[in-house]
Amino acid sequence: MTTERIKFYQTGTFTAGNRLLDEATRTVQSRLDRTNSLNSGHRACQGCGEALGARYALDAAMRASHNQLIAVNATGCLEVFSSPYPESAWQIPWMHSLFGNAPAVASGIAAALRAKRRDDVTVIAQGGDGATVDIGFGCLSGMFERNDDVLYLCYDNEAYMNTGIQRSGATPPFARTNTTQAVGEHPGNPIGNGKNVPRIALAHGIPYVATASVADLHDLERKVTKAIGVRGARYIHVHVPCPLGWGSDPAHTMKVARLAVESGLFPLFEAEFGKVICSTPIRRKVPVERYLELQTRFKHLFGPPQDTEALAAIQAMADDNIAVYGLME
Amino acid sequence: MRNTMWQIRIHGRGGQGVVTAAELLAMAAFMDGKYAQAFPSFGSERMGAPVVAFCRVAEGAIRTRETVTRPDVVIIQDPTLLHQVDLFGGLAPLGFVLINSTQTLDALHIEEFLSTLPLGHVCAFSATDLGLKYLKRPIANGPLLGAFAAITGLIRLASVESAIQQKFPGAVGEANRAAAREAFDVVTTSITEQRGIVHHAHAD
Amino acid sequence: MRMQIEGSQAVAEAIALCQPEVIAAYPISPQTHIVERLSRKTKQGHIGRCQFLNVESEFAALSVLIGASASGARTYTATSSQGLLFMAEAVYNVAGLGLPIVMTIANRAIGAPINIWNDHSDSMALRDAGWIQLFAEDNQDAVDLHIQAFRLAESLSCPVMVCMDGYVLTHAYEPVDVPDAVQVNAYLPPYDPVQVLDPERPVSIGAMVGPEAFTEVKYFLHQQHLRALEVMPELVEAFEQHFQRRSGGLCSAYRMEDADIAVIAMGSVIGTIKDAVDELRNTGVRVGCVKIGCYRPFPKFQVSALLEKTTRVIVVEKDLAVGMGGIVSADVQSALQGRQISVHTVIAGLGGRSISTSSLKHMILEARAERLTEPYFLDLNKTVIEQELARRRDIRRAGPVAEHMLQTMNVIGTKVS
Repeated sequence: MTTERIKFYQTGTFTAGNRLLDEATRTVQSRLDRTNSLNSGHRACQGCGEALGARYALDAAMRASHNQLIAVNATGCLEVFSSPYPESAWQIPWMHSLFGNAPAVASGIAAALRAKRRDDVTVIAQGGDGATVDIGFGCLSGMFERNDDVLYLCYDNEAYMNTGIQRSGATPPFARTNTTQAVGEHPGNPIGNGKNVPRIALAHGIPYVATASVADLHDLERKVTKAIGVRGARYIHVHVPCPLGWGSDPAHTMKVARLAVESGLFPLFEAEFGKVICSTPIRRKVPVERYLELQTRFKHLFGPPQDTEALAAIQAMADDNIAVYGLME
Repeated sequence: MRNTMWQIRIHGRGGQGVVTAAELLAMAAFMDGKYAQAFPSFGSERMGAPVVAFCRVAEGAIRTRETVTRPDVVIIQDPTLLHQVDLFGGLAPLGFVLINSTQTLDALHIEEFLSTLPLGHVCAFSATDLGLKYLKRPIANGPLLGAFAAITGLIRLASVESAIQQKFPGAVGEANRAAAREAFDVVTTSITEQRGIVHHAHAD
Repeated sequence: MRMQIEGSQAVAEAIALCQPEVIAAYPISPQTHIVERLSRKTKQGHIGRCQFLNVESEFAALSVLIGASASGARTYTATSSQGLLFMAEAVYNVAGLGLPIVMTIANRAIGAPINIWNDHSDSMALRDAGWIQLFAEDNQDAVDLHIQAFRLAESLSCPVMVCMDGYVLTHAYEPVDVPDAVQVNAYLPPYDPVQVLDPERPVSIGAMVGPEAFTEVKYFLHQQHLRALEVMPELVEAFEQHFQRRSGGLCSAYRMEDADIAVIAMGSVIGTIKDAVDELRNTGVRVGCVKIGCYRPFPKFQVSALLEKTTRVIVVEKDLAVGMGGIVSADVQSALQGRQISVHTVIAGLGGRSISTSSLKHMILEARAERLTEPYFLDLNKTVIEQELARRRDIRRAGPVAEHMLQTMNVIGTKVS
């Protein structure tokens, strides 16, 4: 058996690196035979969380589906940076149609495969948060309620980054975007707005719903692999930092993602048929400020004067997540 | 007596089967080897609202698509429409009128609309009662179509029955056919009395 | 088999015979009867392993077909009016991607005011989206056009809309010869896609194209439409050989041999126009009729050729380019460029207004006497408009136009015409 020495940098977390694991439990991404579904050379920004998430998710999906995979992509950063003709970065059958219809296009592919008795092929649809929670939400809900045989991956970077950082329904409270600017009374995105699509997905009672983060790529791969093994409508909501839109250091993408998880702001859980079955515990809780202070989109909260009320509200959201999902148990 | 194309207008209320009546009429004419066209008034009317359907019957292909504004026959499924909707608008001077009503013609007070029509061209009878008798439901279509065959002679009773049987296979169709047959007989007798002559048009 | 059947049912039978593999449907009147029948036939297993998807919007319906068609499946949907507009973005997408989807448009007006009745505003709104648009004259035509549409679409990898007048045709019972499976199978070869999402041979479909190639991609689409002008007459010939009747085609003439005046139209009004032509011919008026069967691509030269001896053309169209007038007439005018022919625009049948033979005859005689205003609105109630204009002059908060016009007209309950 040939093995390759993989450089691994311990990043100050409790995450076990690949080299510490036996080969069978290492990430798909660490394997020589990974498929590079989203090949290198694409045009994503430095430190792009979405490119990272998509790369891990799709290679894991390819492995789990024995390379029998078709992917649909909503309009958005991932589509644009991966596909300027004729330089497609996709090594899998891949289709982009519109901004708001990726779930429906995927449903159509699944239907065609069923008509053609091809039950060996897996269909994935993917889109950013704008495509998923806003413009494509009707199609997503339709795909869910029909329980179409599609795995939908939402790469959530919490705003419309492709068009230049505008607010989406997934933009967190107080975040500055170009349409929720840090001016006037209550600067940034209003609190109380927005929607929690993983919970809405769950309410459809579909076979599998999970949240994941590029902070834990093992976990992301595991959830994708698990989802590929399930038939029917499946949904994975992946938290992916966007250095450009969040105003974070491209070198800090993993760190920012990890702090979102460890603060409780982005809870990792899995649900089956409408019920949460497990969540990933936080081993060492961090205050939300540690996460927020790395991003200029929250800069206005730190003053002077510091917006203690806003920070408390965000901390309350994190604490609520910790309680609801039992993250400290 | 008239041009070769017959135009029929059926008035009723949503849910009474006005469109089905037009369809059955067309189907019966088709079975008689004629050309026929049936279409509704294309409404979004709900149950109980006044609705209209149209039918044309001819010996050759029918091309026109306009609504029937000058009918040769007016069929009124629901007598409560009288004096509410312009039921007789454009009716041909030698046209026919068929009314589903428990009342006599005199009691309906519609003579002003019908004064030009020849004897035996107007008929009021309770198709609903016949529907109740055979179908246990107030469905007037079968009897009205039987009566239509009787007063106009345009289509054969046998074709009306075949059309009904094709649209409603089984017991429902059978009951409808029986209702149509009785209506045919009742109306034939009635118009024979009106005209005081023997009616020979439908020897089947 | 020749049968007395509702237009929608006949079309559903034709679609079933074409054996689509994926049908997506969203309810909107008046196309519903077609997909209802197809849902039944699918469930009964009469359409092979066809998948019937009840989706959440027209946008989703066409999007589902985009995925299915790109996976190599033969696909079908139907819509009308607002539904077509709701899927507009996907309509363009399908054409741009070159997916041979066939869609019935049960033509219906577009609101506001909301109106469920027939005119051509819906198809017209999407006329330049890159779909071939065929218009059915009667229900036999509608049946035959759908069978031709699949062959046409798949041979060019270009989507086709079959437009049939909502209610007027979809809900009309008339005799139709519904073909059998043997005939259709002999005419329509299995779908052999030019592009397909296949794990064995991965392709990227729908990639971004910049200024360097966008024009060329669009030109290719235009070229496919021009090819359709050549292919379609061949398909019509082949259809006649297989089915022993002539249906479809780019355009056709009725009593045009010595006609000074030609009435040009699309769809079911052709039948009424033919009656009007016959009646006027009996009084010595040399009038004929030209049917445009294929509106996109527009058969410029073919239409022009049919008008060789004509001096006056009246385009009767069920649509309105607000602030401009006719849509079809503009195309006819461009087809007749450089020729000494008067082209009149007549807007008729909007929102389901019945087009009568007598109004058409009057229109033709008025045109002949040079008395038609341009554009001419058939059977327009001018009094109502003058009253509403006056009200607008007098009262600032005049309220909703439609409501007041209805009050003025005293429309209660069901009007017959």
